[in-house]
Amino acid sequence: MLHLLRQILRTGIRTDAYPAPDDTMRVRAAQFEAAVLKRFGRAAAIRHVDAGSCNACELEINALNNPYYNLEGLGIHFVASPRHADILLVTGPVSRHMETALKRTYDAMPEPKFVVAAGRCAGDGGVFGTSYACLGGVGDVIPIDVLVPGCPPTPEDLMRGILAAIAPGQGKTAFGSAPTEEGTNGLSPLENLHAHGG
Amino acid sequence: MKTSPPPIAFEELASAVPVRRGQVDPDTWVAHCAAVREGGGRLVALWGADERAHSGNYALHACLAERQGLTWLTLALNDAATSYPSLHAIFPAAARMQRAVRDLLGLQAHDAPDSRPWLRHNAWGEHQFPLRKDFDAATAVGQPDDGYPFVPVSGDGVHEIAVGPVHAGTIEPGHFRFSVVGEKVLRLEERLGYTHKGIEKRFEGLSVEEAAPLAGRISGDSTSAYAWAYAMAVESAAGISLPARGVWLRALLLERERMANHLGDLGALGNDAGLAFGLAQFSRLKENALRANQAIFGHRYAMDAICPGGSAVTLDGAGASRLLHELNVLEDEVRRLKHIYDEHAGLQDRLLTTGRVTPALAAQLGLSGLAGRASGQAWDLRVQFPHAPYDQLDTRMTTHRAGDVAARVTVRMEELLESLRLCRLILHRMPPGPVAVPCRIPPGRRMGVGWVEGWRGEVLVALTLDDDGRIERLHAHDPSWQNWPALEHAIMGNIVPDFPLINKSFNLSYSGHDL
Repeated sequence: MLHLLRQILRTGIRTDAYPAPDDTMRVRAAQFEAAVLKRFGRAAAIRHVDAGSCNACELEINALNNPYYNLEGLGIHFVASPRHADILLVTGPVSRHMETALKRTYDAMPEPKFVVAAGRCAGDGGVFGTSYACLGGVGDVIPIDVLVPGCPPTPEDLMRGILAAIAPGQGKTAFGSAPTEEGTNGLSPLENLHAHGG
Repeated sequence: MKTSPPPIAFEELASAVPVRRGQVDPDTWVAHCAAVREGGGRLVALWGADERAHSGNYALHACLAERQGLTWLTLALNDAATSYPSLHAIFPAAARMQRAVRDLLGLQAHDAPDSRPWLRHNAWGEHQFPLRKDFDAATAVGQPDDGYPFVPVSGDGVHEIAVGPVHAGTIEPGHFRFSVVGEKVLRLEERLGYTHKGIEKRFEGLSVEEAAPLAGRISGDSTSAYAWAYAMAVESAAGISLPARGVWLRALLLERERMANHLGDLGALGNDAGLAFGLAQFSRLKENALRANQAIFGHRYAMDAICPGGSAVTLDGAGASRLLHELNVLEDEVRRLKHIYDEHAGLQDRLLTTGRVTPALAAQLGLSGLAGRASGQAWDLRVQFPHAPYDQLDTRMTTHRAGDVAARVTVRMEELLESLRLCRLILHRMPPGPVAVPCRIPPGRRMGVGWVEGWRGEVLVALTLDDDGRIERLHAHDPSWQNWPALEHAIMGNIVPDFPLINKSFNLSYSGHDL
């Protein structure tokens, strides 16, 4: 137990400054009033669906919860049911075998809902393209709000895209903070939020 | 009584690993496999090909691991005789591979016990075969939902829990059908194929350069293993010999991939057993390694860094010193965390005796890779068939006999530390010089094999190039094929809440399996 506590103290807080939303990732205009979204943004729930990815995108989505990115520090967390979700985060070129499951998950989400398609494959099928087995892009199956580029998208870009879905047009005033040395500012997530417009 | 197989005219295939090829008839197909099984060998992969344009026949291929290396058998079939004797009784792992061959090519194992489709759900019809050359890849069929018949379990108080394809966490899609009494699992039946992307069809007709990015995205967490196996297969087919530095760089990338995946999974295993501290710590160490990859190789997972002909990335002195420094820091951290895991009674209580696969069962199922080594299956290509640079690294293999989650954690810890040692050794000894040579394909139809020990287990790529040097057929085989069936056994008698823990201890690929 002592070793464990010592390791926690030795490690300290490693969370980086949060990136700002990147509105260029939006593929359709915001559906809701900024005032509504501002309240919403603090406690968004994400349901992730892998619609046939190679699993690299999943590695980066999992990285969002490591101490450096600490997505939960923004109040954004992953949930196990689409019924609890505000955001549907979809990866992969949508295999035909996942089409039904993806549509059902989307339909099961309550309004208002946002769809973030993550990764090159989710854009247009990527290296897998369109074929007897792939539909080629999430937007061909369900309406999407944001498309995050990258193969796989970096955790930072995933955060920018997720924030662009729930806090469009809010730029740095909502979540961003000045870049610091080595990307680590030594503040706790809570302190970050207070220090930078939270 | 030891049966000696009928003689097969083998020819050696040039590759970085020892490979011999031979044509067989249906009787020899079975007899040779039985002899290999008796001699302690394993089935590595089984797949089919439409070679009618070349020979007028379909071909059924199998690769077997034997003491002297890899044996590639080919059985010719034709439109008049598309069925062949099943290998399931010799190698249980063959059962699903044969079902996949039926789905994709219409070649049928005539005495197989399970005639249900495997990779085919509703994307194409029962009488359509995507890997036949006359099947147009752009065909959009879209059948109604197929109503897959799961095996029912009946009895007093038995009920079913259906999980997936969309899971609670961020993992790949697949379906698990548990039959349980109370909390205890009586039976698990897996259904995979949800991520079938037509990858093998997609390879057809591509040049070797065009195909490289696709090969590196068959299973993203094993991108270096696949890219290397693919490049090795191309080099084997084309007879290309590599510059030394290019090969040493590949080994560095492969060991860093092993390191990163073990770091990630060791953290997740702690978390699944209720120790969130483990996830926070190990995921931080993994992130450090990924950031170093980004800084030095230009990509967090070093995708597309290995290419046919060598490596597409270089490493300068400053990069090597940074990596060496970070390896030293990482080793200290891992040793501290290993000590905390080892001493944590609450954690060990969850890991020990959970999800056991006994060595006897593992041998029968042909369990592969780290999960195999945790159940007494002492196979590691880096040790048994060490291609360059492993022939100069003297890799230490870790095995365990308990076969439980704790054993898989121990093997992962040891392999992580061994990878750290190997990375250091590689950085110190890597020879100077060019990292790649031009990849020229000589004319004529050619075949090649790549076989690489990835972090999960052995990845095999079998390649046929046509007369123009384009891909006629590429089969990529993930070790998950062998290990998914073992997971069904590992969960039996355990409680449902331990499934995520057991599943994570294997951490098998869906994408690499579904293709």
